[in-house]
Amino acid sequence: MNAVQLAVADGMTIARRNALKIRRAPDLLGGVVMLPIVFVLLFTYVFGSMISLPGMSYGEYLLPGIFVMTIVTSAQITGYTLTQDLQKGVFDRFRTLPMSPSAVLTGQTVSDVIMNVTSIVTMALVGLLAGWRVRSSPAEAALGFLMLLLFAYAFSWVTATVALALRTPEVFNNLATILSFPLVFLSNAFVDSSRLPGPLKAVAEWNPVSTLVQAARELFGNTSPALPVPAAWPLRHAVPVSLLWSLLLLVVFVPLATRLYQRAVSR
Amino acid sequence: MPDAITAEGLVKKYGEVAALDGMELAVPEGTVLGLLGPNGAGKTTTVRILTTLLRPDAGHATVAGFDVVRDAARLRAHIGVSGQYAAVDDHLTGAENLEMVGRLYHLGAGHSRRRARALLERFDLTEAADRPVQGYSGGMRRRLDLAGALVAAPPVLFLDEPTTGLDPRARIGLWDVIAELVAEGTTVLLTTQYLEEADRLADRIAVVDHGRVIALGTADELKHQVGGERVELSLADAAGLEDAARTLAPLAAGDLRIDAAALQVTIPVADGVAALTRALGRLAAERITVRDAGLRRPTLDDVFLSLTGHQADEKTEESVR
Repeated sequence: MNAVQLAVADGMTIARRNALKIRRAPDLLGGVVMLPIVFVLLFTYVFGSMISLPGMSYGEYLLPGIFVMTIVTSAQITGYTLTQDLQKGVFDRFRTLPMSPSAVLTGQTVSDVIMNVTSIVTMALVGLLAGWRVRSSPAEAALGFLMLLLFAYAFSWVTATVALALRTPEVFNNLATILSFPLVFLSNAFVDSSRLPGPLKAVAEWNPVSTLVQAARELFGNTSPALPVPAAWPLRHAVPVSLLWSLLLLVVFVPLATRLYQRAVSR
Repeated sequence: MPDAITAEGLVKKYGEVAALDGMELAVPEGTVLGLLGPNGAGKTTTVRILTTLLRPDAGHATVAGFDVVRDAARLRAHIGVSGQYAAVDDHLTGAENLEMVGRLYHLGAGHSRRRARALLERFDLTEAADRPVQGYSGGMRRRLDLAGALVAAPPVLFLDEPTTGLDPRARIGLWDVIAELVAEGTTVLLTTQYLEEADRLADRIAVVDHGRVIALGTADELKHQVGGERVELSLADAAGLEDAARTLAPLAAGDLRIDAAALQVTIPVADGVAALTRALGRLAAERITVRDAGLRRPTLDDVFLSLTGHQADEKTEESVR
């Protein structure tokens, strides 16, 4: 086997380990399956019953936002798992093995894709039961799901970077919660960002979460001609800009996380 | 016999603190070297450098003929490591843990599975093999961790405080397993805080303090250096201390020690129980009241006191990692 094949094989071994862990750990499983169900039902029925939009149901408008919110919050599992492994000395064992050094992070992020597939499928099914509909072509819808997964993968490298910089599960959890709330709520996930006051509007319109939510709405056909198309540039080109965001996050955070991993474990 | 492990002038500094300060080691193939020292002496740092987890600031080292810095990647296929914090996955079963390690050694799926089962049987974990490690006892976790170090049947094994924190029964169980490995010809570097452990398992013992080896020898040689057995007597009052010391001096096989605060006299002796009996007889004849008397074997503290003139500090290993 050459170096690349080794890296892939080792990455898969680690991914398999993490997938087993998620299946056996009730707290992680709850975050992957239960929490998304709760999100979909709560937001659809609580806000959906109070808020009405011209030309479409609020529940339908909301679901792409909930997809993205769940992606952002469950990416924290990546970081949390990494900090825990770091503390328990699991990485020391890995690093004394003749395995590819990149495998720990690729394995971790790949297993998070499996986790994200699980939670997105769960949300889509529960959403369909609660009245969400895909009104685009199957190809567009498929692209929509792939785009969500790509962003999820890229974003788990971001949380991996933060986690490896902080190193302790408690500190990471606190900071991740503090940061992820504004990231999700200062966006168009739940409200029309063009109606926010000045500076908040600017932040919300350039927030990558908004771009991704807008792209998902377009690809799933959850838009209404009665709703104004947002004027901001990233929202008018939401699909390509979302893909660009994902690639940009990967380009920046894959090397950064890798460097921080080397530093965190060689202390 | 060629050396399986060599270290020359290893230095590792954390800021101002030198965790290692000129560490020298040579472990011939097929032998066991015990690194004995208190927390913070540099034992774990040494193991971390030799197992490629840390780069030394100066000096060099080889394991199984590979340089720990230049050939780190190739070296890893020839070593097994088991640490004081059993690095096993709680949510995975014992079998899954070992299989994963086998795959990461690139043994292939089938071979990894067979090897895992064989090791589980050998370490008496067959019954627990398919249960998540979460429910294992401390001793079982250490055995599993040790099994993990043996998956690739490496010629050189590093055991970092393998029994720290285990109850006596689990400790003895683990000693038996390690002794078996040694009998099979594996080269082992063992770190420990327990002289008894080094005594039982190691061919030679290197006493480590402040990041360097301060004494090297067989267990018997080291014990001889600290005076072998000693009689320890606690007196009822301070007035008798001087008289007691004078009375007992002829029995001492080395330097007699007086601890005024504890009202204690310690005498290195050559003939154990007989010396204790004679000491008590002499004190009784002088009408000096003895509150407690005992025969003690050398402890790590004694080795330290005799070798360094200071007590083993209680600085923790964590603070220098």
